[in-house]
Amino acid sequence: MASFSLEDESIEIIREAVATARNPVMLYSIGKDSSVMLHLARKAFYPATPPFPLMHVDTGWKFRSMYTHRDRMAAESGMKLLVYKNPEGEAAGINPFVHGSNYHTDVMKTQALKQALDFYDFDVIFGGARRDEEKSRAKERIFSFRSPGHRWEPKAQRPELWSLYNTSIHVGETIRVFPISNWTELDIWQYIRDENISIVPLYLAAERPVVQRGGQWIMVDDERFPFEAGEEPAMKRVRFRTLGCWPLSAAIESDAETLEAVIAETLHATCSERQGRLIDSDVPGSMEKKKQEGYF
Amino acid sequence: MESEHVKESIALIEAESRKETIRFITCGSVDDGKSTLIGRLLFESKNIFDDQLTSLESDSRHYGTQGERIDLALLVDGLQAEREQGITIDVAYRFFATDRRRYIVADTPGHEQYTRNMATGASTADLAVILVDARKGVLVQTRRHSRIAAMMGIRQIVLAVNKMDLVGFDEQVFTDIEAEFRKFAEGFAFHAIQAIPLSGLEGDNVLFNSNHTPWYSGPSLMEHLERVDVREAAGRSAFRMPLQWINRPNLDFRGYCGRIAEGVIRPGDTLRILPSGVQTRVKSIIRGFGEVDHACEGQSVTLTLMDEVDASRGDVVAAADNPPQSADQFEARLLWMAEHAMTPGRHYLMKHACREVTVTITKIKYREDVNTGAHLAADTLGLNEIGTVNLSTSAPIVFEPYGVNRLLGGFILIDKLSFETVGAGMINFALRRAENIHWQALEVNKAARSAIKHQKPRCIWFTGLSGSGKSAIANILEKQLYTEGRHTCLLDGDNVRHGLNRDLGFTEADRVENIRRIAEVAKLMVDAGLIVLVSFISPFQSDRAMARSLFDEGEFVEVFVDTPLAECEKRDVKGLYAKARRGELKNFTGIDSPYETPLKPEIHLSGTMASPEEEAGLIVSLLSV
Repeated sequence: MASFSLEDESIEIIREAVATARNPVMLYSIGKDSSVMLHLARKAFYPATPPFPLMHVDTGWKFRSMYTHRDRMAAESGMKLLVYKNPEGEAAGINPFVHGSNYHTDVMKTQALKQALDFYDFDVIFGGARRDEEKSRAKERIFSFRSPGHRWEPKAQRPELWSLYNTSIHVGETIRVFPISNWTELDIWQYIRDENISIVPLYLAAERPVVQRGGQWIMVDDERFPFEAGEEPAMKRVRFRTLGCWPLSAAIESDAETLEAVIAETLHATCSERQGRLIDSDVPGSMEKKKQEGYF
Repeated sequence: MESEHVKESIALIEAESRKETIRFITCGSVDDGKSTLIGRLLFESKNIFDDQLTSLESDSRHYGTQGERIDLALLVDGLQAEREQGITIDVAYRFFATDRRRYIVADTPGHEQYTRNMATGASTADLAVILVDARKGVLVQTRRHSRIAAMMGIRQIVLAVNKMDLVGFDEQVFTDIEAEFRKFAEGFAFHAIQAIPLSGLEGDNVLFNSNHTPWYSGPSLMEHLERVDVREAAGRSAFRMPLQWINRPNLDFRGYCGRIAEGVIRPGDTLRILPSGVQTRVKSIIRGFGEVDHACEGQSVTLTLMDEVDASRGDVVAAADNPPQSADQFEARLLWMAEHAMTPGRHYLMKHACREVTVTITKIKYREDVNTGAHLAADTLGLNEIGTVNLSTSAPIVFEPYGVNRLLGGFILIDKLSFETVGAGMINFALRRAENIHWQALEVNKAARSAIKHQKPRCIWFTGLSGSGKSAIANILEKQLYTEGRHTCLLDGDNVRHGLNRDLGFTEADRVENIRRIAEVAKLMVDAGLIVLVSFISPFQSDRAMARSLFDEGEFVEVFVDTPLAECEKRDVKGLYAKARRGELKNFTGIDSPYETPLKPEIHLSGTMASPEEEAGLIVSLLSV
């Protein structure tokens, strides 16, 4: 089984990071990749509870069902859940509809993450990024070194041979560890099916209220949606390939109500999953820039 | 309708998970077209999404090097600096699948400056696609990358002669490059080299055979990737697992976690914990959320043990009857990856398996010429240089030669101040204490003893398959030397096993010990001023290298009696091959245990072309003893 050797590699990575870390944390974004990563961590340390907390950097704009799922999974795993919101951003009422996706993401995700890491003094941070997601991620190491200030220097990455990860760092430096680097979107879905992993229901198709913006379907998840005069949500059968802030995650029209149907769609997909992410392509090389500045 | 759809999906999913995964790299010199070739593979095998294609079109207008056409290299060169300069800086990992297989491809940079990133990709690859620009032929960087690929243990090579469109698909150009490369790669332990004429830009022989090369009857690149067999020949399989983590959720549970580096394990198996040597048995094996009745190589598991033993991260648990060695002095091959040169005597951190120790390079034996492989004297190793060194660790480590087990033979060196990864190494063998302890100088020494015998003492080491004629030649050689008034002694494998080594069996550890004792005895005899003839199958490179390391320069003469297996088996003087073929004799060299051919023996005998007398005469004349 292909997904099982990926599982073994990921568990090895998680254990290695924890064995060498001073104060590790797992970033938990509630999406399918985070769900798989959490499941792998629980397997890696079973029968013990994984010896590190989960941290959710909350923008305040996640789908409501994501918050429900997050709290349920934290309780089920027995792990401590830390939720961090950028206090200045929250006070300023940052809103993606008003301030734009770039500014919102920078303040509520990138800046918030850096504040949280500094606040808790974490040195090793697990993230659920995959190399098949985006072209700058395809270039990143599994143990990805960050200089003080959380900067990524893509031109000066440490060589990474075999499964020998260099985990030595100075005070102020950190390492981001990506245990599912070598998984593809399809591997994720297969594993979720094989292992019966619980996911946010938004990944499966259902009738949902949506509005078309910039050629993409945006779901109206709460009362903050700024309708234009005369605008009304339409009910459509949609699902999400990736989940983030609801105003920034586009839905796709789909009848895939089961995992099997989702996998079948993935096998025949003609667009990448990140197409539904409105923040990736606003400026050229934008993911790399965000990553250099500390975004996951 | 719905259920039909679901059934079809499940069939698809299951087909998908049965696919074999192959990891390969593309490497070669700058501008040989590596990224373009991968882009072409992804593009033509329909592994590019529509939105990626749309952004590729806009990127091609921005950064493209192909005029009005789309620039496929931009699918892989994901960093802004790479796109601006039109080069590859770091390795990119891409994933694609066909109906048969799944591929993880690492596109590695061609610039010498970024060789360490190429090594990163090579360390986990099953196969290397080495590109050559048809107009330029085999370049220094082609040779460097081939050398690193071989060093990392990649055995399957594709020589992709690219840009054939720019030389008018000239067959001669292709054959010349192939011949040159094959000659260059002769000394490398590649199992197979498949040369393919292609054009990554135009797509010739990438997915399908091209009309432009009617003279080429081999597979296209994709056809070759689909059917190449990258499985390693089943070698030894003895349980080994470095301990990564000790799991202690409460006082009643103590689990030993790690990823199995070799072999199979079952509850009840007897294990040895190294380096302490304490023995215990497996109580249970946990994989995921449940217990399993066995686990094997590559799997991440948690073991519980019958006894309360002292074991910590960095220790190795191994099959009790066949444990690996531990040592603190080694010979290793080293690729240096830092700007500042490696200097013997400096301290570095060594990460090996799950252990970190301080290490010093005690001696650079030689540096390799990247073009010819010639051994050059060196005081330091510079960026991207490969050398063979002796090193000494602050504590013993449990290891295997890299050729036997990559996970217990590979290590990285880390600078103690900057924490950069500065070197990648592969252990050849442990150095024996004798070489490192300074003996009290004696007045009657080797020189004095040999002077009185009027001869230069040597160890003439015959290696070859059972039945190759080693002992016959050695016997005749000894007679010839005797008649010339030389003082000799013959150590024969079989005879020594009846006396000195009669307590040893045929396990891996015993075979190693067997050879070690013979080598030590030979060394004592050479010290006594004798010409020692050792006749011994000695199938493993590492063992012969260990023996060689005991002697001074020029004292050790390796004689390879190169009789082909078929001929040895035909002779079968002792009836052993017949037994081995019937399965009555396990680990028989040539049948179910490998013979590693000597790479550079001092004397290479065909074993079939001449009589034993003529062969012995040849040795006498070559040695001028």
